[in-house]
Amino acid sequence: MNWFDSWALTLVVFVPVVGMGIVLLLPREEEQAIKMTTLLATLVTFGFTIAVLCRYHYGANHPGLQFDVNKSWIDVINSRYHIGVNGISLPMLALSPFISLLCVVYSWNHFPDPHNPKAFLALLLLLETGMNGTFVAQDLILFFIFFELVLLPMFFMIGVWGGPNKEYASIKFFLFTMFGSALMLLSFLALYFKVDVTAVTHGAMHHTFDIPTLAKAHGQGLVHGTQLLIFGGLFIGFAIKVPMFPFHTWLPDAHTEAPTVGSVLLAAILLKLGTYGFILIALPILPEAARSWAPWIGLLAVIGIIYGALNCLAQKDMKRLIAFSSIAHMGFVMLGIATLTSFGINAAVFGMVAHGLITGMLFFVAGSVQHNFGTREMSRLGGLLLQAPKMGWILGFCVMASLGLPGLAGFWGEFPAILSAFQPAAPLSEAVFRTFMVVAAVGTVFAAGYLLYMLQRVAFGNVRDEFADAHIHDVNLTEWIAWTPMLVMILVLGIYPNLLFKVTDVAVHPMTVAIGHAINR
Amino acid sequence: MFFLDHAWLVPLIPAVSFVVILLFGKRFPKGGSEVGIVALFASWVLSCGAFYQWVQRVDDAGNAKGAAGTVKAFASSLKLAATSSGEHAAPVAPIVHSITWFQSGGIKFGAGIQIDGLAVMMMFVVTTISLLVHVYSTEYMRNDRRYTYFFAALSLFTASMLLLVVADNTLQLLVGWELVGLCSFMLIGHWWEEKPNSNAALKAFLTTRTGDIGLIIGVVMTFFIVGRATGTPSFNIVALNTAALSGKVSHLMLLVCACALMAAIVGKSGQFPLHTWLPDAMAGPTPVSALIHAATMVVAGVYLGARVYPVFFEGFSIGNGGVNLMAIIGGTTVIIGAALAFVQDDIKKVLAYSTISQLGYMVMGLGVGAWIAAIFHLFTHAFFKADLFLGAGSVSHSGSHHSFDMKEDMGGLRKFMPQTFATFVIGSLALAGIFPLAGFWSKDEILLTAGKSGYTFFMVVGLAGAFMTAAYMTRCIYLTFYGEYRGGDHVGAHPDEAEHLPVEDGLEAHAPHRPHESPPVITVPLWILSFFAVTAGLLNAEPFHIEKFKEWFEPRVAFPELVHPAFSWGAAGLSVAIAVLGIAVAYEYYWDRRGLRDLSSRNAAARAGKTFLVNKYYLDYLYTDVVVGSIKGPIANASYWVNQHVIDAVLNGVGRGSLGVARFTYDVLDQRGVDGIVNGLAVGTGDAGGAARAVETGRLQWYALLMFSAVTLFSVFLWIAH
Amino acid sequence: MLLNQFLLLGAFLFAAGVYGVVTRRNSVLVLMSVELMLAAVNVNLVAFSAYLHTVAGQTFALFVLTIAAAEVGVGLAMILLIYRNLSSSDLDDVDVLKG
Repeated sequence: MNWFDSWALTLVVFVPVVGMGIVLLLPREEEQAIKMTTLLATLVTFGFTIAVLCRYHYGANHPGLQFDVNKSWIDVINSRYHIGVNGISLPMLALSPFISLLCVVYSWNHFPDPHNPKAFLALLLLLETGMNGTFVAQDLILFFIFFELVLLPMFFMIGVWGGPNKEYASIKFFLFTMFGSALMLLSFLALYFKVDVTAVTHGAMHHTFDIPTLAKAHGQGLVHGTQLLIFGGLFIGFAIKVPMFPFHTWLPDAHTEAPTVGSVLLAAILLKLGTYGFILIALPILPEAARSWAPWIGLLAVIGIIYGALNCLAQKDMKRLIAFSSIAHMGFVMLGIATLTSFGINAAVFGMVAHGLITGMLFFVAGSVQHNFGTREMSRLGGLLLQAPKMGWILGFCVMASLGLPGLAGFWGEFPAILSAFQPAAPLSEAVFRTFMVVAAVGTVFAAGYLLYMLQRVAFGNVRDEFADAHIHDVNLTEWIAWTPMLVMILVLGIYPNLLFKVTDVAVHPMTVAIGHAINR
Repeated sequence: MFFLDHAWLVPLIPAVSFVVILLFGKRFPKGGSEVGIVALFASWVLSCGAFYQWVQRVDDAGNAKGAAGTVKAFASSLKLAATSSGEHAAPVAPIVHSITWFQSGGIKFGAGIQIDGLAVMMMFVVTTISLLVHVYSTEYMRNDRRYTYFFAALSLFTASMLLLVVADNTLQLLVGWELVGLCSFMLIGHWWEEKPNSNAALKAFLTTRTGDIGLIIGVVMTFFIVGRATGTPSFNIVALNTAALSGKVSHLMLLVCACALMAAIVGKSGQFPLHTWLPDAMAGPTPVSALIHAATMVVAGVYLGARVYPVFFEGFSIGNGGVNLMAIIGGTTVIIGAALAFVQDDIKKVLAYSTISQLGYMVMGLGVGAWIAAIFHLFTHAFFKADLFLGAGSVSHSGSHHSFDMKEDMGGLRKFMPQTFATFVIGSLALAGIFPLAGFWSKDEILLTAGKSGYTFFMVVGLAGAFMTAAYMTRCIYLTFYGEYRGGDHVGAHPDEAEHLPVEDGLEAHAPHRPHESPPVITVPLWILSFFAVTAGLLNAEPFHIEKFKEWFEPRVAFPELVHPAFSWGAAGLSVAIAVLGIAVAYEYYWDRRGLRDLSSRNAAARAGKTFLVNKYYLDYLYTDVVVGSIKGPIANASYWVNQHVIDAVLNGVGRGSLGVARFTYDVLDQRGVDGIVNGLAVGTGDAGGAARAVETGRLQWYALLMFSAVTLFSVFLWIAH
Repeated sequence: MLLNQFLLLGAFLFAAGVYGVVTRRNSVLVLMSVELMLAAVNVNLVAFSAYLHTVAGQTFALFVLTIAAAEVGVGLAMILLIYRNLSSSDLDDVDVLKG
């Protein structure tokens, strides 16, 4: 193992926070220097991520962690600085610096009031550290710290740079997530004290926070009732972040009020922390509880699909509509996870990446629409294709991707999830999951309905009198630089999904096999 | 076998053309249309090559079989008894090539081509019509504000349709299926500035998408059907067909799968009760209607039915003559669609309802076991219906100032547009099923097979449909080409299309403001399609001992044994007679009524004379008011009423209902219920804080008192505890 | 030696101090009442010290005296500031700690 392999992930996680330190030292008036520093920090981070992607071993015989570092950290509670990536976390780790970089580019001249690029970019860098850290952490305490670290910058982004109702939204966001985190932490502690890892570690340890070790133990030493309770704690913690029905009400408010970049990061990365937590922690460590919970998770997922869609139809605000559509889309991801099959979890990871790209793009466009027209009321908008044709086409492209058109990325999150629900993992009820499948398939029609409705309202039709003389600029240079990579990724992943599936499947397949063994033990 | 092995190039070339037009189209001298035409021509050549090589392959297989081939030739030359393909024909395996598309759960999923007779035939149809439509559109869409974009969308459509056609697995088929739906959406809504157009586009997309619920579920099930039969689940079509016929899969599973896929067919192929989108789809440009909503995309459903036919055959038990969902839906659609065509004023809507009705024939054909006949009808219908649509486009382009209203803006155009008139009549006769034009052979074969397989009822339905088809096409020709020219000397009668003409070119193109013949760019494609409309049927003209269509295109691998009835002059005579009767009845009605109406408008005496004449001709009365009148009036109107007020209303109601439910869930459940609980918790915490706040007066002595009281209480407590 | 008298004296002084702290409105008087309470503590400390024959109590009493002196210094300074700001030494006027 050479120098790079042992330091790569640490660099990816901590370069942004170093960047933040430099930004904080710069005087507030030096906006150009601040922007350049931020850009440099995110670029370097992204460069390291690319290097990780290049040096990663993709073969089917490398299902385990790579680039892993396992150093002592807090000895008194056996918590270690254990980081590493496998096929499930790699796509997410790639997505996070990618989106962060594009967000920095987009913010270049899009700072909402009260401006202050220094604080905004510093928060953005801190946020990136939190996100990257969550996706590489392999220790429960480390995971928890990064998971929580994300909250703070987002809270301030919404609370300071948000819309008219920002205080309400930011506090709601914070409280909701903190509530979940509290239960999650409780569950982590219960795992530490209750799971007996003596056999797995050959007597070296009795208690540990180490995720791979806990996963190997499969909840050994826990009676079923305790497993269910611990899983419940994890479930609420992650489900709020996803967000699943009925824990979703923070999301529309947060999205509606957040600044564009905040919305993009929220939709593209932050929501995935929840689903990622399910796949990384909840399922492998507590497989038997997962089996018992799966039908309920599936139920909430399909309720979310229909419920999110229905709410979308009732929206007048474009951004709020997209926010509700997130609930529906994450429902597909959760349905895939609930089946406990390789298909389902592969679909879930794909769905996470696809939703990140597509919904992120939709929020970008919604942000630019608001920037141009000063409103997001769909009843007031119209004729975007005439006034800003390129932006209109990009909106159309994203709408199509979002409604799951094959050939674009969204499809590969939805269809395999539906497929997996036809035949869930062995002891789960086929009848129940097939019902979910039908409901989810109906959900795709609703998705088409609300998205096309939005497209029609915003892009089609003639120019409204109200904006006939307004100066509307089409997609400008920074927007092109920020958006093109995402659009290309949506298309490329849609045409050749194997780019992602072959990475995830290597890690997912052994995991589901292990879960299957544990369930049927 | 270069062309067969490299058939993946056929969809790829238009796909590349799409990208080129999209990115650089505006820089080309002709706005990108030349790129599309060149690409389509290349695809067309490759398709023809594939066609030729497939025919060779079939012939080679026949020769190699030697004795069997001779027996078959002998049997087919005698034509005495029904023959069945499976026994005599040598197996001709489809050419399958695939690459790994993605992997999941350790299973590899391929993407590739499966080239057999059906695919080759469809490739030929799609590329031919698409090429002609491309050429036609260079004139028809000239000066359109989104000319380049239009051609890009056409290229994308062709690529998607061909992708669907060559697919070797159901998942890839689904991909192509959705993409053609997207193109349909883009092109119906081509003039999206007007709300009705974008509404029509949305309606089309959402209605077909509703059917696609079935497709998604059906395709998922095909994956597991193969799994049940072989142990390794797969989307592969050959494996699926083999599995369906193997008897290892439960009948229930096949039935459910067939029903689900049927829903997809109903949505895409405009079958009752989801056909309502197709007439609205006429809001798109006419070449699009010809290509997408007549010849190719709408037959994707039929193609799907033919592609995975064993699933339907086994699932619906078509083999044993039982009434099944497929036949019922097809039969219903034949009648419903044809009846509605009588009450349309818009020429394109007449053709749209006619398309619905003809698609009904195809689905019904599949449902009664007439696989080859249904596909044959798909083949012939593509040509004559494209001919008719392009003819209608020619009329509106050069004859009626971009209007499609037959009653307001047309009439008497045969004098002005003789070539369009001739080709339109040829197309209509072919559609009506007049011997020996294309429609006759294919429609006759569907009816014959239905009769022979024990589906007499559906044969009668088909004959009734044939009668109506002949009648409404006669009406359409009468209103468009006969009588007096009713269009004024005005430009822009129909705002949808006229608005998109820049003034300077519009003046040049329509300077005389008189109807005139269209330029050759439009008439030549019309004549080519008319040629096919006349001759395409001869590929399977049994009385002339030609059965090439069946020989070339019927699958011989993983395919059920089907009944092939011998040609019967009696049945053929009957169906032609019924069609002629239809024409005659309509002729009587329209041509006579025209004279009477003119008279009655002149003076009162003539009005009295008219009454007298009507009373004299009791036959007239019977024909016009009772037979044709009831069909044209109450029945068709009722059918149309049901269409608009029941089916459409249900669709709208569902939409409105969902909005209501959505409003309810949002306003009440979400905002007040779920959100209310959350807010309630926060308010509760706040109130508790408020109560506690009252204690904090800020006054020093109050604090001191509290402290002393606490100490006292604590002391008392300690004392008691001891 | 009788302890009770001293304790009763201490209790009386303390109670008087508490009464003063709670009831007087003038801040100087409140401060003096606090001093009275401290004196009561001192009485108790010295009494117990003598009773138990240890010097610890008397040492504490010395500390208390010192701290009482310091406290008066700080307290008077605060009262002076309050008076400067509010032109009053009435404690009822000072309620800025209100939540």
